[in-house]
Amino acid sequence: MKILAIEASGLVASVAVTEDDILKAEFTVNNKLTHSQTLLPMLKEMMHISGESLDDIDAIAVSAGPGSFTGLRIGAATAKGLALAKDIPIIKISSLEALMYELASDSHDVICPIMDARRGQVYCAAWRDGEKLIPEKACAIEELLAELENIGRDIVFSGDGVPVYSKMIESGFQSKEIRIFFADSPNNRQRAASVAALGMKKYREWLENNGLDSGTIRKNGAGSISCFDDTVMNSDDFVPEYLRKPQAEREKDAGLLEDPGLKSLRKIANGAKD
Amino acid sequence: MKDVFILGIESSCDETAAAVVKNGREVLSNIISSQIDIHTIYGGVVPEIASRLHIQNINGVIRLALKEAGKTFDDIDAIAVTYGPGLVGALLAGVSEAKALAYALNKPLVGVHHIEGHVAANFIAHPKLKPPFVCLIVSGGHTHLVVVKDYGSFEIIGKTGDDAAGEAFDKVARAVGLGYPGGPKVDKLAREGNPHAIEFPRGEIKGAPYDFTFSGLKSAVLNYINHANMTGEEINKADLCASFQNAVVESLVERTVACAKEYKYDTVAMAGGVSANSALRKAMEEACTSAGLSCCYPDIILCTDNAAMIASAGYYEFINGNIADEYLNAVPNLKLGER
Repeated sequence: MKILAIEASGLVASVAVTEDDILKAEFTVNNKLTHSQTLLPMLKEMMHISGESLDDIDAIAVSAGPGSFTGLRIGAATAKGLALAKDIPIIKISSLEALMYELASDSHDVICPIMDARRGQVYCAAWRDGEKLIPEKACAIEELLAELENIGRDIVFSGDGVPVYSKMIESGFQSKEIRIFFADSPNNRQRAASVAALGMKKYREWLENNGLDSGTIRKNGAGSISCFDDTVMNSDDFVPEYLRKPQAEREKDAGLLEDPGLKSLRKIANGAKD
Repeated sequence: MKDVFILGIESSCDETAAAVVKNGREVLSNIISSQIDIHTIYGGVVPEIASRLHIQNINGVIRLALKEAGKTFDDIDAIAVTYGPGLVGALLAGVSEAKALAYALNKPLVGVHHIEGHVAANFIAHPKLKPPFVCLIVSGGHTHLVVVKDYGSFEIIGKTGDDAAGEAFDKVARAVGLGYPGGPKVDKLAREGNPHAIEFPRGEIKGAPYDFTFSGLKSAVLNYINHANMTGEEINKADLCASFQNAVVESLVERTVACAKEYKYDTVAMAGGVSANSALRKAMEEACTSAGLSCCYPDIILCTDNAAMIASAGYYEFINGNIADEYLNAVPNLKLGER
């Protein structure tokens, strides 16, 4: 069974193919180029050099968020296009869980991936031995540290939030018992290999729970399946997990949205030209 | 010759659209998922919301376009997608999707200029229309007077120095409390008003006889409303809309007809959302008839953003060998005639 994974939730653009428990190919770039420029050329190159074919892919795992809204959408649209063309399912993977999974196999510590969410917040979550202790959310680093303080134990941090908040993390705990570690470069940023491995695990679980085998789905197409859920789904139904509403919607919910007609009249009354 | 089927994808603003077009002229399907009801709440298009909705709806829209056309991906010869101009986040949804589809299906990818798509809507509406002709492109973001020299080849004769015509409609509509989108609402109300009730200025740009300006007109309208509000006078909104619209239509029609005469073309076409305006259509037809020119414009459904026009423009790019690759990116401020 083969999974193609796409990761574009942060600055890293990454694609990978996993066959069962073996990573067959991975192409990761971490620079300032937009994912729109990098992602598909990388995918094409990786498939070409590794001799992999899209025709052999069982499902597409995509890092669904949280993360950069634009990055998430480029990853999502790329995954949706590939899955639509090949009539295969999409496996929705939490970008934070994928960051955690890079470290999971060799640590029994609390693993806490943090992504810089701007506006003084981080996207964060925490796991220990595969158990989710803090679910994915956007919050101030202080709020996260207070929660981690209650959990205790040693903590490993990773993600692009680390360079932004490392000083606050180092001085943020009262308890002397808590030791802090920062993940090293092979696994402190998003990687599609991890998205693929997690995708493989979740796809297998879904197949088993529904008494299906991957060959049947490849043969009959994702359109033939009626037991999709929130993790394994038809490409039509996949949307990123933004965790945050658009600003305009937040303002509307808070009752801050002015009636557009009134707004224009007020502007005119103030002598504005627009 | 073998028939050519193009799948068009459009997501530059607030419509998620896909279409299948045969030989650049025959629409087999034209699916548009409009987000207008949602953006109306906010009084205009909210880019982040538009982008999210594109991602949510795009696969369903493409699937439906194929189904309605009675085609599968195997029948499609190339995939054409709008890559600019437009909202960058919105464009990226369509471009990323189209690139992935083209790669996975091993089909050629064609990048289409949104405005060239609007011009091509005329090729669908008028099967016999062939370049060269003069085309007035009027929408919420554009006001261009061009000579369409050949398929995909444009010479810009005039353009707006400030607001686009559609933008002026939106702003005036907002000021009189008609809301978004302004064009159709002003058009409707203007039918009940007197176009000569209020004398608004027709802007001119010195030394550029074919260029447009609407900011002076817009200010005049806003000042009129402001003045009326201060003195407590009742505004006749229908008269105001009719008079404003008349001023816009006159400056559009005058320049377009003068351009066709000077450059000696016998056909005038219109494109873009504002070309759906009923007063503009009527005035342009009348002016063309008395000048001995033939006048054409697309059906209303093809004036708004749609993917059939993208597939049509994409067809001519495709047969001219203008194929894009996997590096194609969204270009939010793409200029007309640029590649």
